[in-house]
Amino acid sequence: MAEITKANGIGDWLDQRLATKKLAKVLMSEYWIPKNINFLWAMGVVLVVLFAILIISGIFLLMYYKPDINLAFDSVNYTIMQEVDYGWLWRHMHGVAASMIFLVIYIHMFTGIYYGSYKKGREMIWLTGMALFGIFSAEAFSGYMLPWGQMSYWAAQVITNLFGAIPVIGDALVVWIRGDYAVADSTLTRFFMLHVLLLPLAIIGLIAVHFYSLRIPHVNNQEGEDIDFDKESEKYLAGNKKESKVVPFWPVFLSKDFFVTGAFLTFYFYLVFYHFNFAMDPINFEPANPMKTPAHIYPEWYFLWSYEVLRGFFFDIAGIAAMNIGLVAFGFANVIFMLLPFLDKDPNVVPAHKRPKFRIWFWVLLLDLMILTVYGKLPPTGMNAWVGFFAAITFIGLWVALPFITKSDAKVTGGVK
Amino acid sequence: MKELKILSIVVAFTLVLYWGVEPFAHSQMHPHVAPADFTFKDLGTNPKKGNATKGAEDFMNAGCIGCHGLKSQGMPSPMDNATASASFGVVPPDLSTAGTIYSENFLSALIKDPAHALNVEHKFTDGRTHPMPKFYGLGGDIDQEVANIVAYLKSIAPKEVSDEQVFEDACQRCHSMKYDKKYSNSDPEALKNYMGTTPPDLSIMIRAKGREYLETFINDPQKQLKGTSMPRVGLTKESQEQVINYLEKVGDRKKAERESLGVKVIIYMLIFTILAYLWKVKIWREVH
Repeated sequence: MAEITKANGIGDWLDQRLATKKLAKVLMSEYWIPKNINFLWAMGVVLVVLFAILIISGIFLLMYYKPDINLAFDSVNYTIMQEVDYGWLWRHMHGVAASMIFLVIYIHMFTGIYYGSYKKGREMIWLTGMALFGIFSAEAFSGYMLPWGQMSYWAAQVITNLFGAIPVIGDALVVWIRGDYAVADSTLTRFFMLHVLLLPLAIIGLIAVHFYSLRIPHVNNQEGEDIDFDKESEKYLAGNKKESKVVPFWPVFLSKDFFVTGAFLTFYFYLVFYHFNFAMDPINFEPANPMKTPAHIYPEWYFLWSYEVLRGFFFDIAGIAAMNIGLVAFGFANVIFMLLPFLDKDPNVVPAHKRPKFRIWFWVLLLDLMILTVYGKLPPTGMNAWVGFFAAITFIGLWVALPFITKSDAKVTGGVK
Repeated sequence: MKELKILSIVVAFTLVLYWGVEPFAHSQMHPHVAPADFTFKDLGTNPKKGNATKGAEDFMNAGCIGCHGLKSQGMPSPMDNATASASFGVVPPDLSTAGTIYSENFLSALIKDPAHALNVEHKFTDGRTHPMPKFYGLGGDIDQEVANIVAYLKSIAPKEVSDEQVFEDACQRCHSMKYDKKYSNSDPEALKNYMGTTPPDLSIMIRAKGREYLETFINDPQKQLKGTSMPRVGLTKESQEQVINYLEKVGDRKKAERESLGVKVIIYMLIFTILAYLWKVKIWREVH
């Protein structure tokens, strides 16, 4: 048992019982981050802030939302949007943050890919990050259903239907997921549970693991330099702050993050108040109507690229139905990013601009994802279908080529040790 | 500076992406249609100049009040709403404000051939006829008689009609506005039978469709939604504007609050960002 003495203040009282000073050091003032970073390293904190906005606005929305197909639409569009003071603000903040969090996730993810921050001990960071992406996708999908508008209903219809293609258990699985033969009240209620309870719990848990997985391998830097954190932090603590290659998380790293977050939130609030249709699709302001199929059904923008990989295969090949090829490709698209650390055969942590072939691979992948995203929204007819097909093939081809490309690059980046 | 270069790449990719999935995709999904035509050119014009006094007589002789009310002149509808919708599917409109809210040209064409002017001829095939019969004249010059009736309606209509009133007279026979506690005048079942589907509630249609779409759609629904059973109702430019204003007032009633609060929040965030920047510069001066 620790020796407890008369405390000389609240801080000391807490410290004797919770070791708060030690904790603050470990988590904040002596948690070391490389100095050689740019604003892209602030995306993690931006994501935390956006997630906090989602939770807080979500709690307020939860007080008035009614998960019942007869009440949901009006509880959102009348009670929250019109009756409750500033209910509209919470909803706009929630909807826009949900969309923007994906933009920042993608930036965060491609920063990791560009600087090689997924290998040589950082695999767990990447894996937990991609798992977070997966659960955030489920969170976004389940949340989109809640207002029970036209697109809520039809997206739920189309996406849950996809599971029907799984051999043998497909049909039963679809009914199990929906809780009914069609998307119905039971579907809404269970997706409500997922959205407000199970998935947020999983996200919070995974975020903790994601942060923890950074402790051992440490944060990467712009050059992929292998920094001796013990030596550099000693230098810093001894007062050689300018010489040291590291800075403490608090206040140095966070002071920059606050600035980046402030700039980002300024833009975010502009969207919340003046430019929100991209995140709150107008068609979802029409109530769900199972009898009236919308002219165009499309997912939110952040799912479009994988949706287009699914749609890209629009004709049967060698007797295999187009739909089945598409589904296999869709499955591929959804797990392949997870495998990146293992498909990259170059053991050296080097930014993409110093990896001759990977550099090209990176930008081609990014362009291909842009094409898939844009064409994922367009009607899949005529030329559009073919663009989608070739972009989907390119996507798969890029991943097949990755091990060979990175192996060949390894000779340039420092060889295979 | 390197960071600015990186930022410009991130911004450029984001903008292209935004352009692709929003303006570009929507232009592909909803092809541009010709702008609203408030002269209703396709209906031609009535060469005759109407006489309101004669119009009052012609109006009575033509039998308009067999179905229509004219409350402002002490002539209520001959049938109650339930009976009227049972007979016609939809309650015939009271004409008190018709002379102001509908285009003169349109009214002339409507009296002579309702289904044609309303642009719903596709609904009345196989011997089915529009519940409002065509006007075949009272024995004189039919164009003159029509012009007189229109002149009469104009003479008795109030010069100014409120936004809400335009909605009630032009739209509420079919559409409800639940969030403003207004419900369609027609019996829901009869209306559904007559229209083929229940006309949508318009409470938040402004958020679903937006001003731009509504401007061409209300003017001529067939342009945006080929085959729809919604008629064009012949509103003048001003009245249509009023209807849209009313839709916005009910469907986006926090708009003013949103737009004024937005400026304040953005200014707040700008100040925060500037202070954060100054703090960052101060902190990093020690380590660089």
